[in-house]
Formats: sequence, structure tokens, C-alpha cells
Amino acid sequence: MAKMLGAQMFFETLLHQGIDVVFGLPGGYVLKVYDVMTDYTDRINHVLVRHEQGATHMADGYARASGKPGVVLCTSGPAATNTVTGIATAQMDSSPIVIFTGQVPTQYLGSDAFQEADHIGITRPCTKHNYLVRETRDLPRAMKEAFHIAGTGRPSPVLVDMPKDVLIGEDELVIPEDHEIDIKGYKPTTRGNPSQIKRAVEMLLASKRPVIYSGGGVIWSGATDELLEFCHRLQIPVASTLMGLGGYPASDPLFISMLGMHGSYAANMTVTESDLVISIGGRFDDRATGGNFDEFAPNAEIIHIDIDPSSIDKNITVQCPIVGDAKVVLRQILDALPGEIDLEGRESWLRRIRDWNEKHPLTYCQGSEKILTTYAIDTLYKLTKGDAIIVSDVGQHQMWVAQFYKFERPRTHLTSGGLGTMGFSFPAAMGAKYARPDEQVICVAGDGSFQMNFQELATAVENNLDLKIIVFNNRHHGMVRQWQTMFFEGNYSASRFEVLPDFVKLAEAFGARGLRAVKPEELEPTLREGLNTPGVVLMEIEVDCTEMVYPMIAPGASMDNMIMMPADLA
Amino acid sequence: MKPRHTISITVDNEAGVLSRIAGLFSARDFNIESLNVAETQEPGTSRITLVTTGDEAIIQQIIKRFNNMVNVIKVVDMTELDRVEREMVLIKVDAKADSKPEILRIADIFRAKVVDVSPRSYTFEVTGDEQKIQAFVELQRPFGIKEIARTGTVAMSRASKKSK
Repeated sequence: MAKMLGAQMFFETLLHQGIDVVFGLPGGYVLKVYDVMTDYTDRINHVLVRHEQGATHMADGYARASGKPGVVLCTSGPAATNTVTGIATAQMDSSPIVIFTGQVPTQYLGSDAFQEADHIGITRPCTKHNYLVRETRDLPRAMKEAFHIAGTGRPSPVLVDMPKDVLIGEDELVIPEDHEIDIKGYKPTTRGNPSQIKRAVEMLLASKRPVIYSGGGVIWSGATDELLEFCHRLQIPVASTLMGLGGYPASDPLFISMLGMHGSYAANMTVTESDLVISIGGRFDDRATGGNFDEFAPNAEIIHIDIDPSSIDKNITVQCPIVGDAKVVLRQILDALPGEIDLEGRESWLRRIRDWNEKHPLTYCQGSEKILTTYAIDTLYKLTKGDAIIVSDVGQHQMWVAQFYKFERPRTHLTSGGLGTMGFSFPAAMGAKYARPDEQVICVAGDGSFQMNFQELATAVENNLDLKIIVFNNRHHGMVRQWQTMFFEGNYSASRFEVLPDFVKLAEAFGARGLRAVKPEELEPTLREGLNTPGVVLMEIEVDCTEMVYPMIAPGASMDNMIMMPADLA
Repeated sequence: MKPRHTISITVDNEAGVLSRIAGLFSARDFNIESLNVAETQEPGTSRITLVTTGDEAIIQQIIKRFNNMVNVIKVVDMTELDRVEREMVLIKVDAKADSKPEILRIADIFRAKVVDVSPRSYTFEVTGDEQKIQAFVELQRPFGIKEIARTGTVAMSRASKKSK
């Protein structure tokens, strides 16, 4: 068998894995990879980013929109350390990305060579696993294992470090087939334990006031259909975490919106008053529970379905843990339910929830002076009819997107929930566009967050992406300002920008289209024009910096203890 | 007092595995009391014996995270098992002429072996469970301990494997 370069093996293995797009940036120790890449550009699209953090978020956005691992390629040292924020972001939200870094030749490892960093050491706590490849012939297996580990079980990032001598060395190409990947210490459990399933069914049948706590795991596992069937058969209301939005259609009557720190009144009251919480692919994060774990759902028993055993009993002790894949476990439960189910009392439970909703709906009151971000997001929802992938950033606008945009389908709401990474939305939206080119992809950011990765405008324009960007400009770190208003007596320390770029001119400087809306009556025409203009379009919306996100559970308070919107604003 | 846990972890003998294990402790701001790592009967496989003290729930969570690690083959919380625990210590004691007989008498009681001797010192090797080691060290302390090296606890479940 003919020998080939490690650098060629890299692309042969990517092709074997079915990868057709790589987000990357060349440099010293991966130059051989970039040299041979020209032989593969007909089959693998390399997107040249402007910053490696951008590449990682793109790969992450690609993974979130498609469900398939996203791929990053970059060199060593600063390039690798630039990926760390993106890796940690993907890990917290269980997104499968595989990062390939160049590294100094093996004989120089640990010698403080030029652009050397300990990639394995640095990324150990933020990856599911990582590999330092030492021999050329080991590269394909390490890559296949990396994709296997990233994409199975609880999805997560995996990094493969490739020293230069591995890439320029030659050997015979042997790519293991998927069924030949057998890792002794890695056997994720997908099927729920039958006795736990039985116990869960008993609890479900006994419950009078159940509620679903639907997390991101529903989306990663593709369990939407099973969840719908489950909720309809048992008439259980569905509260969603931030990451779970889209996992259950928002228009379904059983859907009661997001729970948690900025969840709906109805969702938080439902959880508090429930006698059974069924968590599916959620992890009882402090933002979803209010952080007061002792007072979370005080009258309820909890069924916790999760693919990751270490998520169970971490923050909240549960009565019925089920380790497994959400789709598989829900099917097991559905199969174990009796034909006739006594739903006595369910109607009054659902009526109570409807009452909460009617008493305290999510709302806003748009005046004639300044545009409210809530109004803008509601308008965006009406214009797109919910038929778009919305990629939000971090802060107030992120919460309003979660509250006012109604997500009907999985993988249409992408956001950095766990790590809360500002600067995520724009590159992630680009990645989503590569994954789902036929969808309308809209990045929704604030002025603060957009400034953290706008260099990728060049990448977007260079690749003729049809991508819409909405920048809500309130000249502030809005959520910081909100906390300063609520908890720091209005001491607006370092939350206001005295200087901001002219975002319209900024877009134009990169060769993109720029539009601006300042007055409420300009909003809809601007959004309409922007959404209907092909190519990269940035819509700057100047918004009222005094608007605040309600309801709010103050940090450490219990879920039923919400700060509600003052009556004069509603 | 918080419970003490002896955890046995079977891992791939690869660079970086120990750092992964230790990293979980430092990430939770937890201390490892003792740690022992060596190859097992299977080539390429090492056994880590780790002793820690802390909040039960966090230790159970750490154990689950060990299980999640790709390089970890098996995790056993030995605390729940009927087991044998041993530690070996090398201890160099200041041996003045008038105290030599007493030092040797104590060593004899503990079945400590003299492994090195000089005009001014004895070095003992002693094996036992943690309490025995601790008692031996305390009894030698008045004579002047020059140096101590301990292996850390190693543990094995008894063949009957009865739960405590």
C-alpha cells in the first residue's frame, strides 16, 4: 500500500467521516495541512476565519443547527488558546465540535518553542476528551475516536493536537470503520433501566400536578416527537429551559414558556406548585431554577432523565433518576403506559396554569418615543412567522428573544446558555448558515456583544453568506445596567459606552449592507427591508436603555418570588 | 466530621490521566489526602488509589465524573466495601546513643524493619493501615524524625466482598 502524508490522512479521514466544511486559519505548524488542502477543496469547504474564536463559534453554530459535529482547524499557541472560549461555550451547552490544532514537533514538546502552548493541558477541563497524536499512523484513529466521543453520549468538544512531525511524516493510511471504534472506558448508556422506567410510570400515573422541565437534551437527542406524544397522552404542561426552546412547539396549548430567572410567571408558579417535575435533558442550572436549590419545587418529586449520570443529583436530589437518551427513554415510558389513563384533576391543574398566564402574561407597552427591544423582537417574530433560525447573543436581548420569539421547531433557537459567551451569536449564525443554507438565519445581538466578534463580517461577505444581523443598540451593557438598577442603587459603573462605532458604516466598511431604525415607526420597514435584502445585512436598531427584563427571580430567591413588571409599564 | 473515602480507579496508563483525575478535585476546591499510582497485572492499565475527605454529595458527583472520563475503565468507592487497606512508610529517626534501645524496641513492637543505619540515625520501613502508621510516627517523634516518605494508602476489597 502506498504511503501518504499525515496531512493527507487528515483530509482523507475527514472525508471518511462525512465532513464537508472546516472553519480554520493557517499558521506555522499546520502549513503542510494547508498545502495539501488545495487537493481537497472540491470536496471540503474551508472557511477562512479572521480569528480562531470565530472559528470555534462557527463550528458550534454548525453543530447546533445540524446536530452533526462542527470542525475547527488552526495552528498552535495563540491560535489554540483563542479557541478556548469557544470550546468552553460548546461544552457547557453540550455541542459536539472537534478542534484540530497544530503543535510543535514531538521532540520539542515542552521546550517553550515558538508558538508552543500546552493545548492538552489547557483544554483538559473544557473538553470531553483530547488527544495528543504522536505517530503519523495513529492520526486517523485518533480523529475517528474524537468524532465518536464528541457526537455520542452527551455531545461535547474533543480536541486533537497534531505535532508537525506527525503531519509531515508518511505512513500507510488505515482508517477504522465506525463499528471498529471500541473504547474500553467509554460506553454511554442510552437505554433507561427498566425498573426505573416502571417507577417513573407509577409516579406519572399518581401525579395530579405534573410539569415537564424540558432541556437542551431533548433537542440533541431528537426527542421532539416523543415528547409531544408523551405530553399529549398524559396532558402535562411543558416549561422549557433556555436551551430547550424549540424542543417543544411554542404554539402547543400545553407549552407554558421558559422557566427560571427570566421565565414566565406561569412556568415558575407551575413548577413551584407541582407535585411531580419530569426533567428531560436538563441539568437544574442555577439560572433555570433560580439558584435556590433547597426551595425548588418544594412539593414535588422529581424524575430526572439525562444521558450524563454526573448531571443527576448534582444540584438537586431526585427521587427517580433515569440515565439514558431522552428519545429512547421517552419511548420506553410511552410503551409502558397503560392504554387507559385516568386524568382526573388534570383539567383543574391546567386551568390554574392558564389563570396564572392570563394574570401575568409576558408583555410590553411600546410608546411613541424610543423603540423597545421587546417590541422589536415581537415584530421580528411576526415578520418571519417563526420560520427562521434565530441566533441570539448574551444579555437582555437574549432573554427577550427567549420570551417573545415563539420557537416551533428544534435547532431554530441557538444561544450560549451555560457559559453566557458574549460574541457568540454572529459567528455561530454563520456556522448555522453553512449547516442549513436554505433557512433564513438571523443573528440577534446587542451593541456590546456584537463588538466582541464583528471581525467575521469580512468572512461572511467573502463567502457571500445570506445572513441577517440585528444589533440592538442601547449604548450599554444592558443586563449589567439592569442589575445596577435593581441591586446597586443605580450606580452605573462601567456599563455605558461613550464611543460606539457607527454600525451602518461599519457594515459598509466590510462590504455589507447597513440599515438603521431609530423611531418606533421605522422599525418594521427597516426589518422588512433588511430581511428581504440578499447578502449580509446589518440592521442597527436604536433601543431604549431603560427597558428591563421581567419577571426576574433575584439571585438566590425562590422561584415563586419574582420581581414583576411595574404596573405603569405593563 | 465529613466521611473519608478511599476510591480505587482503574485507568489507561497514559500521559495526562493523573492530571485529569487531579483536575476534578482542584476544580471543586477539594483536597486529595493521599494518592498512589502504579501498573496493574494488565499491561497498559494502572490503578490509582485515592483518599479524600469531603461532602458526600460532591464526592459522589466526582466519582460519576471519573466514570465519564474516556481513560477511566473502572471506579470503585472502596469505602462501601469490606476491604484491606495498607500503607508503607520510610522514616529516618535521629538515633542518639542513649535512645537507641528504646527506638528499636518500639520498632520491634510495630514490626518495622531497619533498612538503613548510620552512627546517628535509623531508617525504618513499616507497613500497616493508616492508624498503625500514624501511631508509629507519633511514638518516634520525640526522638527526632529527620525525614518521612509515605506511599499513600492502597486498598483491595476482601475476596468475600461483603458490604459493610
